[in-house]
Amino acid sequence: MSAITLRELTKVYPNGVRALDALDLEIADGEFFALLGPSGCGKTTLLRTIAGLEVASGGTVRIGERAVTNLPPGQRDVAMVFQDYALFPHMTVRDNIAYPLRIKKVGKAARQDKAAATADELGLSALLDRRPGQLSGGQQQRVALARAMACHPQVFLLDEPLSNLDARLRLEARTFLKRLQRELGVTTVFVTHDQAEALALADRIAVMEGGRIRQVGTPTEVFRRPANTFVAGFIGSTPMNLVPARVDGDALAVAGVRLPVPEEARGEVTDGEHLVYGVRPEYLDYSPDPVTDALTGQVVVVENLGSFSLVSLDVLPAEDGTATSVQVVVPEGREPEPGDTGWVAPRPGRSLVYRDGELVGSAAAPPVPAPRTGVGADA
Amino acid sequence: MSTVTTTTDGTGTADRSRAAVRHMLARIGRYVFLCLVLAFFALPLLWLATAPFDDTPTIGTSLPDFTLDNFRALLDNPYALTSLVNSVWLAGGTALLVVTFAALAAYALSRVRVPGRDALLYGLLLLSSIVTGTATMVPLFELAFRLHLIDSRLGVILILTGGLLPAAIFILKDFMDATPTSYEESARVFGASPLQIMRHIVVPVVRPGLATVGVWAVANVWGNFLVPFLLLRGPDKAPAAVIMYTLYTEGGQADLRLLSTFSLLYSLPVALMFVFVSSRYGFRFHGGIKR
Amino acid sequence: MVQVTSRPDETVGGARPDTGASPAPDAAGLGRARAAGFLVPSMVLILLFLVVPAAWTIYLGVTNYRLTGLAAANPEIVGLDNYTRALTDERFRTSLLLTLQFVLGSAVLGQAGLGFAIAFALRDRRGPLRRVVEAFVLLSWILPSSVVAFLWIALLDRDAGTLNALLGTPGMAWLLDHPMLSIVIFNTWRGTAFSMMLYAAALENVPRSHLETARLAGASTWQQLRDVVFPRIRGHVLTNLLLISLWTFNDFTPFLITAGGPEQRSEVLAVYVYKVALSGGELGFGAAISFIMLLINLVIALVYLRMLGRRKERA
Repeated sequence: MSAITLRELTKVYPNGVRALDALDLEIADGEFFALLGPSGCGKTTLLRTIAGLEVASGGTVRIGERAVTNLPPGQRDVAMVFQDYALFPHMTVRDNIAYPLRIKKVGKAARQDKAAATADELGLSALLDRRPGQLSGGQQQRVALARAMACHPQVFLLDEPLSNLDARLRLEARTFLKRLQRELGVTTVFVTHDQAEALALADRIAVMEGGRIRQVGTPTEVFRRPANTFVAGFIGSTPMNLVPARVDGDALAVAGVRLPVPEEARGEVTDGEHLVYGVRPEYLDYSPDPVTDALTGQVVVVENLGSFSLVSLDVLPAEDGTATSVQVVVPEGREPEPGDTGWVAPRPGRSLVYRDGELVGSAAAPPVPAPRTGVGADA
Repeated sequence: MSTVTTTTDGTGTADRSRAAVRHMLARIGRYVFLCLVLAFFALPLLWLATAPFDDTPTIGTSLPDFTLDNFRALLDNPYALTSLVNSVWLAGGTALLVVTFAALAAYALSRVRVPGRDALLYGLLLLSSIVTGTATMVPLFELAFRLHLIDSRLGVILILTGGLLPAAIFILKDFMDATPTSYEESARVFGASPLQIMRHIVVPVVRPGLATVGVWAVANVWGNFLVPFLLLRGPDKAPAAVIMYTLYTEGGQADLRLLSTFSLLYSLPVALMFVFVSSRYGFRFHGGIKR
Repeated sequence: MVQVTSRPDETVGGARPDTGASPAPDAAGLGRARAAGFLVPSMVLILLFLVVPAAWTIYLGVTNYRLTGLAAANPEIVGLDNYTRALTDERFRTSLLLTLQFVLGSAVLGQAGLGFAIAFALRDRRGPLRRVVEAFVLLSWILPSSVVAFLWIALLDRDAGTLNALLGTPGMAWLLDHPMLSIVIFNTWRGTAFSMMLYAAALENVPRSHLETARLAGASTWQQLRDVVFPRIRGHVLTNLLLISLWTFNDFTPFLITAGGPEQRSEVLAVYVYKVALSGGELGFGAAISFIMLLINLVIALVYLRMLGRRKERA
């Protein structure tokens, strides 16, 4: 009923910048959906185009059954929470929450009741007569959410909802936001540049770069099977290890050792071909003793991250002589010392190969992913 | 041992006392300077405080034999009170036009991308700072003559408005620019029309800016002498600035009773406005100037 | 503030920043037509009463237009005659020189110097002394010019003026014997408030820690000013100097006190134009002088923008 469907959506700014490039995307009804990417990737433009604040240069936007491409923002039945919350400084919390109803010509008494009820749901009752300037960051965010909820829109749009909060508050607000979305069940799209935030909150994530979507998938899919080296490097608190490799018979020559070709890529590669071998630091097991099918090298840096450490090893140079280092996550108590020689073995089914930056494999994500495709079958 | 201690103590004390003396002198110097400043700025104003209440006002400042009789002179003069009313009309009319027009223009310039906007704005500001007043009094006079705006209050209001608008737009645009566009976008997503956005959001948010510009325009017009002096012919339409001037330049011996009370009455509104503004908003610089 | 756990930004060339206040071209959905409509009233008035007079000055300057007489009915184009006449006119050159003295003496030295000194002396003071000093300085700025003009005439009066009474110099005719000095001091008194407020605001922008560092290093007040304060407020100084220079250059208030006299000894350009054009009726010649004034103004303004621009580049 209130799914969002984007077809061939394009936005070109007057200065010629192509912020959205023929973008296709479907967001399911009730889904909590993240638009993730570095600054300038077009994620905010996409959100604003769904809201109607930007006019698309081409393509269509549908919300539910309605084509809204050319409707002004006020007629799209969406609510947006801005990064700075945009609470009107001259109005009380009550008037702020009631403002959408005022525009919809709801009577004063009715809208004040509604505002009070909405505020109550979010624990804001005590603050109704304050002004935004007298509220903490977390309270302001809740008021902004309450104002968005007050008119029961079909879709919530949130622009960087957590970025204006300090680190501690952000965790609390993240949990609150996820719970609220579950309870309301309203289709929600949010923009973030923080991959951890996207992984933690969203049902599905679209990773964007340069006005295009590079991958769409659940947090698990995007984390385990990045469809390309861009996503591989962007997702994860430590980027994926990407090491040059060459197909050598039925094996891969990687950093001076021979590793088996990942299962899904078998039959997809040709002998002698140059590829990139990828494996996450979390999916490598460190061993101080020699093991088979493992990369080997000298430990150079050990970074303690609390319950685990991030260990960097200089592995053997590739065939063309370039030095390569690999990072591996080692649980507490088993950290090596810098200077030690160690072996790191990829876990079965967790290594990937990329050809020209794109994932090689029978089940690799198609270039234009539809929701809930068969990727992640190996999970 | 004890000698060493004494020596260090001795030099320490000497240093400290020398520093203390220097500090003391600096303090005294500063007070003397501030007192001189106070005297310099207060001296010419004293007459305004004493003469209106003096039984026999003279041109010099002296302790008054207190009386309020002098204010009767205001009623005897046919133009004194009318001229203040004229000033109110001119200042009020100009301020209204300036605030309204400048707000509309500043909003459009702040929110809609107009090619060459900044160049236009700086050009106009430059023009207004060099054209207003004296350098163009000849063509202004000519223009007013051709448009039949000689001896017309409307003419004075329009000319003053034209002169004040660029700076007013500049100041207000600063206020508008400082207002996040997310306020308006937020209202727009809720379905508010542009005019509703203006009424509900923009005007209340920039109200301090509107007040600043309004007060600034009133103060400017209230004291402006040249434009009404050039354009208004008869004393019946002349504002207080012009009447004040004629009171002490025309017709032999000036009537000091009239002059002193009129000066006070004429000065009072701007002084009160200043007190009001400085207590309400603080007499501080907003944007604009600093750029 | 934003914690970045992602990879370094790969910004699309020239794309607008993805976060922060959005410079959307049209936040309120105003539309170009309505925006243009908003601009019309202001632009019409500005065009009519600022741009047209400025352009007209140029035209009138090359005619022999007069307020009365034969040339009033059909003025003739006389080319650059007015300009050559002005530039060779002793009275014009004297007036230009007097204006220069007026600007340098009362604006640059007087208003800016005194304004800064007051702002600096009051910089860390709160309380009644600061309020009283500021109130009097501001009062002399906001009172109507014709009132303050008379106050100064009264103060400097030859026979019964307060100044002569205070100094014990009865019969000293300040306005007759020292007309330029009188209006320079008057204009300093009149306009210091603006500089004082601007410098007070500027001084608040000088970080306390910088001054404290200098003081710990043993810098004297003068060294603190030179090494810490001035570099921080150079932009403010520049803005201030050029604004007050422009205002003082065009100031007509001296007319209210000395009317240019005696014997044109305090006849600054603004007063000279008035006397030539409107008292003397030589509108064409007056316009030519007005245009020369406009040009000088323009030069001052351009120097100002240039220096300000250079300062921005360096920053």
